[in-house]
This record gives sequence, structure tokens and C-alpha cells, in this order.
Amino acid sequence: MAQRIVVDPITRIEGHLRIEVEVANGKVTNAWSSSTLFRGLEIILKGRDPRDAWLFTQRACGVCTYVHGLASIRCVDHAVGVTIPDNARLIRNLLMGAQFLHDHIVHFYHLHALDWVDVVSALKADPVKASKIANDVSPAPKNGPGDFKAVQARLKKFVDSGQLGLFANGYWGHPAYKLPPEVNLIAAAHYLEALRQQARTARMHAIFGAKNPHLQSLVVGGVSCAADLNPDRISEFLYLWKETMDFVNNVYIPDLLAVAGFYKDWGSIGGTTNFLAYGEFPQSAKEPESLFFPRGAIFKRNLAKVENVDPAKITEHVKHSWYEGDGALNPAQGETKPKFSKLDTNGEYSWMKAPRYNGEPMEVGPLARVLVAYAKGHEPTKKAVDGVLKKLAIPKEALFSTLGRTAARAIETQIIGEAMEGWIMQLVENLKKGDTKTFEPYQMPDSAQGMGLNDVPRGALGHWIEIKEKKIANYQLVVPSTWNLGPRCAANKPGPVEEALIGTPVADPKRPVEILRTVHSFDPCIACGVHVIDPQSNQVYKFRVV
Amino acid sequence: MEQERKLQKGSAPKGVSRRDFMKFCTMVSATMGLAPSFAPKIAEALASGPRPPVVYLHFAECTGCTEAVLRSSYPWIDELLLETISVDYHETIMAAAGHSVEEVLHQTVKKYEGKFICVVEGGIPTAENGIYGMIGGKTMLEIAKEVCPKSLAVLCIGSCSSFGGVQAAAPNPTGAKGVSDALGDVLKVPVVNIPGCPPNPINFVGTVVNYLLFGKLPDLDDKKRPLFAYGKTVHDQCPRRSHFENGEFVKEWGSKEAQMGYCLYEMGCKGPETYNNCPLVKFNDGTSWPVEAGHPCIGCSEPNFWDAMSPFYQKL
Repeated sequence: MAQRIVVDPITRIEGHLRIEVEVANGKVTNAWSSSTLFRGLEIILKGRDPRDAWLFTQRACGVCTYVHGLASIRCVDHAVGVTIPDNARLIRNLLMGAQFLHDHIVHFYHLHALDWVDVVSALKADPVKASKIANDVSPAPKNGPGDFKAVQARLKKFVDSGQLGLFANGYWGHPAYKLPPEVNLIAAAHYLEALRQQARTARMHAIFGAKNPHLQSLVVGGVSCAADLNPDRISEFLYLWKETMDFVNNVYIPDLLAVAGFYKDWGSIGGTTNFLAYGEFPQSAKEPESLFFPRGAIFKRNLAKVENVDPAKITEHVKHSWYEGDGALNPAQGETKPKFSKLDTNGEYSWMKAPRYNGEPMEVGPLARVLVAYAKGHEPTKKAVDGVLKKLAIPKEALFSTLGRTAARAIETQIIGEAMEGWIMQLVENLKKGDTKTFEPYQMPDSAQGMGLNDVPRGALGHWIEIKEKKIANYQLVVPSTWNLGPRCAANKPGPVEEALIGTPVADPKRPVEILRTVHSFDPCIACGVHVIDPQSNQVYKFRVV
Repeated sequence: MEQERKLQKGSAPKGVSRRDFMKFCTMVSATMGLAPSFAPKIAEALASGPRPPVVYLHFAECTGCTEAVLRSSYPWIDELLLETISVDYHETIMAAAGHSVEEVLHQTVKKYEGKFICVVEGGIPTAENGIYGMIGGKTMLEIAKEVCPKSLAVLCIGSCSSFGGVQAAAPNPTGAKGVSDALGDVLKVPVVNIPGCPPNPINFVGTVVNYLLFGKLPDLDDKKRPLFAYGKTVHDQCPRRSHFENGEFVKEWGSKEAQMGYCLYEMGCKGPETYNNCPLVKFNDGTSWPVEAGHPCIGCSEPNFWDAMSPFYQKL
């Protein structure tokens, strides 16, 4: 007998998401992903100064802060036809790199870990044993029995206070939790440690970006932080980078491997079929040729063939979204005519449109980037992926899964982090040579079109702009979370998260922790995923929860 | 001495040196414009008694304010969560999901009616009865009407819950409003606005500490902003002010003048019309702030700044 489960709100994400699944015989047989907040940024941008756009679009999301700012700046750079100086490129890359380091650490520990880690079980752990386990896999400094004892005492005091705060009503004791108490304690200790590390890692943003969240040092044509290109600031950045990389190498990666070792069955759950990466980190003014992470599309899991990406093949479908029509348009010609009905999983059920590439749903994000880089023979990626597969003793096919997605995120954190050192040194070399240029002047054209393709922590992100009379005439964003979490398209093909959920086991429909695992592995970030609404519309829509 | 002993016994949470903890308290004293002798009292207030219950609601927002609070380093965010306040509802970080968290929300509101602090992040969509924002099948407007009036006080974190924010920028497609505006007379409890996009977490923590220490909310200006943080303009506190007085201005990005840190007035700086303490406390543990990074202030703590202060690169 099939049973419907609705999880609303999905927590530990950015934004407002509702997931509905059908469960039969202990497994998900069908799934629907709905975005339930609409903000209308694109219409707000119309008629404004194109130079201001980045400040608005950055507010699409405060978790993936910076990325919508940079995407917009690149898009307007492209429209006005300016090539930015090398130092500006390096600063922008370093800020993007810092965003990856920060974002992925927070995702693993604070948004995803509690799907795998039973905090309450950590109270039963033996701190001496925990210390031994931790020391076996990592040289991190806070792995002594005393360290774990202190964390355990702190957690116990917290639990004994009876005020459980953010841990209240968690799925503690659920049979899907497989870690021994000692590993739970190690992970809980690192959950707390990571809370501090992320605040310190975010300071890298403040050094060349004024503040985090919502940086304020980009300008069309370059960056504004000319006065910060000095030895003090660079060494401060380098210091925080090193501290963060110590955490990544000695805490994050060992924790990923330790936790994954107990959840290898998740190497065959939660996979999707097609993958798209725009690529990121330009190493020169030439794109996409110089991108550190390559651009490419993979179909039907075929790693032997990576196709080139043609932006003209991107369309957005609205058949199952609350917009008029059943059509599909390229974002450069994107239009949006809202039409509300009701939340009907057979009909329309989301504020998100459904992006498709060549008609196919595409997973974007860490797994897509890592697969494209791996398939293209990107050396650092090949080495890191093969290393993880070997350590976990799992086959390459296990990458196409919830486990593979979560592992890919950790793998790319390490790869990007290591590449950053080179970018810092290039900046130093430029300054040594006396090259302090951070801005290239330009003229705002009367009319122009621009496109900015980026690959950001959650995946492929595109901004499109049309300028008329030096003002924004049209602005479209096609964001990672619409690729991953959008609804079915005109051909009724499910979106990636909807596909990934099928087959997910659900032991207790009242406590569906397994669903959270797969949904969270995509690192949903929803606030940016919703499109323009017609302010003239007077139609009233009411939700009915199934 | 008595106070000293208490501090050693009760204040510094596990894993925090007493030195760090006192550093924080001094920082908060400074932010609030209190004499340094208040620092020990703040430490005491933060370390004693049952933790005040907090319900943190997310409406039409980007979660940037939550992220800002996560960057709190005096105290560290883990101390805030485990030892200072009891965050009983917070969608971004809580372990549970779906109906389990709805249950937590209802229980907390019922159990602590009139006693919990309600923090709101995000504007409230009000057009067409609030249908543009739904959580658990209810509109954000319904949730706000139900929860906020039952609190002890509402702390609006960020410019969205204070004044409507980016989604309220013209033409405001969803009819987004700040909490005071959206709820009007329904809301009889005190409201404190802590605007900024996002605000400095020190100003949020300062407001909470003010309450824990004095048992009352801080003094506010006519826009319900705490005077300790929003009492002076950015321009009046700006370290580049002397360049303004001397007529030394940046006129192009990346220029010699930009490298020398001249005044950004000509580039569109909104510091003269913006009330905030950014130049004093800076962001991310005192690392920097927009003008230090060579970018004009955009006036993000002022009502309606997305329209009133833009185009941002145009001279005031």
C-alpha cells in the first residue's frame, strides 16, 4: 500500500522547501520537490543601473553569499565588453575559493552531519576509545581523551539542562543511524569545532571583500580593494587559508572517510543520470579554455564522453510550475507569466521552473564538477577521487549516489583549497613586479547583452542581462538549486532530486531521516530559485497539505 | 573579589579561556558604549540561570542574517547556542524537520508564552493574503500573526524584517513588509529593529546582552534601532573623514587615490546619511568594513535603502 509523506519545512537548508514522497514496501516510489517562497528579484532589477545589479543579486542568497554578486559582475563585464586586470581576476578567484572552503565545511558539519550522526549516542561513548580512533586517522591536535571527555561533559550538561534547543525532536535512536558512539562523539566534537572554524574561514572574505556575508568590494571592471593589496593583508589571508586547510585535511576529510565507512550502502542510493558543469576559476582571460575546473556535460553516466556546453541548449520549462503555458524558453529570451492554481503533484506544484539541457534534467554541483573533471583527466581530481575510492574500497559506480555526492564535495574542497596557494603567490609576484592594477575602465553601452556562467558551491549558475538605454531591460538567473530541485518538465521527466529520491529506503515514515540524507546531499539553497511574478495578478492561491 | 570567584566558577564555558570570554565582554561593553567596569557584569549575566528561550523565524529572506550570527566570535556561536540562549526553533540549524519541528514551535510558544524572545529574519509577503511565502502549509503572515504577539519582545534582525528589505524594493511584487508594518496593531509587544544587510552580529548580541544584563531592551531611535549601535552616522565615525575635510577624493577605482585610501564620497558613498557603527566595530572579528575595502557605503541600515540610496554609484 503506497503512503504519501510530506516533509515541510525541510530544515538545515537555505530557504523554504517542501518534499513530498510516495512510499511503498519501505522504499520511495515517487517524489515531488516544491519551492514555497517567491521573492521576485528579477522584476525588481528592471530599469535599474546595471552596475548596481550585483548588490541586489548577491541578496539572492546569504549562505552562498558572494556567488550571485560575482555572477552578476561577470555578466555585466561581458555586456560592457571589459577585460579585467590579472589582479582583479586573482582576487575574485581567491574570494570564490574561500567561499567554497567555508560553504562546504558548514554544509558537511552543520547542514548535513546530523543526518548521519546521532548526537545523543555520543553521550554513551568512551572518550579514550574515541581518542584512539581519531588519532589513527588524523594528526589533528584536539584528539586527546581529555578533549573528547570535555566535549562529552559539555553535551551532557546541555542535555541535562532539559533545554534541548536546536537538537530537540531530532531523529535520535533511529535505526538508520549506524555509527558507534565513539564516532558519533568525534563528529559531535568536530561539529562544535567547525562552528568556530567557519567563522575564522569567513574572515578570508572580509580581508579582500570588506565583510561576510554579503561582500562589498566588487565593481564592474575589477575590484575596489586597491588599498588592501599589501603584505599585511596578504599574509593575514595566507594565515587563515593555512588554518582552514589544516582543518580540511586533518578533520573534514578524515571525518568524511570515517563516517562514509559505516554508510557504504548509500553508495548505491540517491544517484542521478546526467551531469552539467560550467567550470570555474579562470586562469587567464580566456574562457572556458583556462578554467581550473573544466566545463562539460555528461549524459547517461557515460564518463567516456564529455560533451562541450552550448548555452543555447538551456531551456526552462513551466508545465509543472505556477506559470502560464507548457512551453520551454532559453533564458536569454526568458519570459514569466505566473498563473496560480493549487499544489497538485499531478499538475503544478512549485514556484521553480524546470531547467533542462538539450531536453534533459541535469544534476549540477560538486558531483557534476568532479565527474566532468575526472572524465576529462584533470590530474588533481583523478588523484583525489581514486584515493577516496581506494580508501573506502568502493567501485567507481558508487560515485553516482548520495554518498558519492557528499564525498565529491569534500574532495573538491581539498582540490580548490590546494590550488588557492598558487593564486596567492601569483598575486604576490604581480605586486613584486610593480603591477598593482585592479580596475579596467569601460563605457556603459546604450544597449548590450551579457551572460555570466559560473560554477559555485551548489553548482552551475548563469546570469543573463539585457541592457537598453543604459538600464536593465531584462535580467534572468538560472541557478543551481533550480537545476537540482526543480519540478518535472514538459516531457514529465522528474528533476534530479526527484529522481534521486526514488528507491530511498524509509524505515519509519514518521521519522524520514533517510529522505533528508538524499535531499541534503544536494545542499539545497532555495531563496534564489524563484522567478519573476506579475504584480498585476490578482489570483489567489491556497495550499492544501496532503 | 566575590564577582571574580563567580566568574571563575561559572562564566567561561568549556573550551573557552577566561581571557577570551572577558575580551568578548569588553567588546560588547564598548559596542554598547558602557564603561569598561561593566564587563564583569556582562560576563555574569551571560553565565547564569536557565537560558532564555528564543524562537527564530525565517520569512522572505536570504539567510544572510543567520550566517552573520554564525560568525559571532564574542561569544563564539557554539557558546551562544549551548550556554547563553536556548534556540528552540531555527530552521537553518535545527536537527529535526517537517511536522517534528512544527511541533517544537507550537510547544515552545505555548510553554513560554510571554517569555520567549522572538527573532525574525526576513520580510513578510502581504500581497494576496501572503501566498508568496508558505511554511508547513501556512502563510508567513499567518505564522507571524500567531507567534510574534505571544513573545516577550520581537527582535527584527536585518533590514528585511525591520523595513521589508530587498524584496520590498520597487515595485515590491510580493507586497513584502517589515514586521512592525505587516502586523500593525496586532503586535503589542516591544519591537527592536537591528537593520543592516546583514547587520553586524555584535549588534544583535549586544541587544540580547543588554536585555540579560539590565532586564530591559536598549534605548531606541525613532526607527526602533538601538542607539548604542545606530546613534551616529557612518560618516561621523569614518576613519577617512579627514580626507573628506581636506577635499581628497577617490574619482576612479584602482587609482592612486584609491590605493591611498581617500574619501569615497564622489564614488557614491552613503555614509553621511547612514546610521550605523561599522567603522567602529567592523565586521568578522574586526577584520574590515566596506569603506576600508575601497567600496562606498550603500546605506544598508536605512529604511528603504534599495530605492532611497540607489543608484549606488551616484554621488549623494
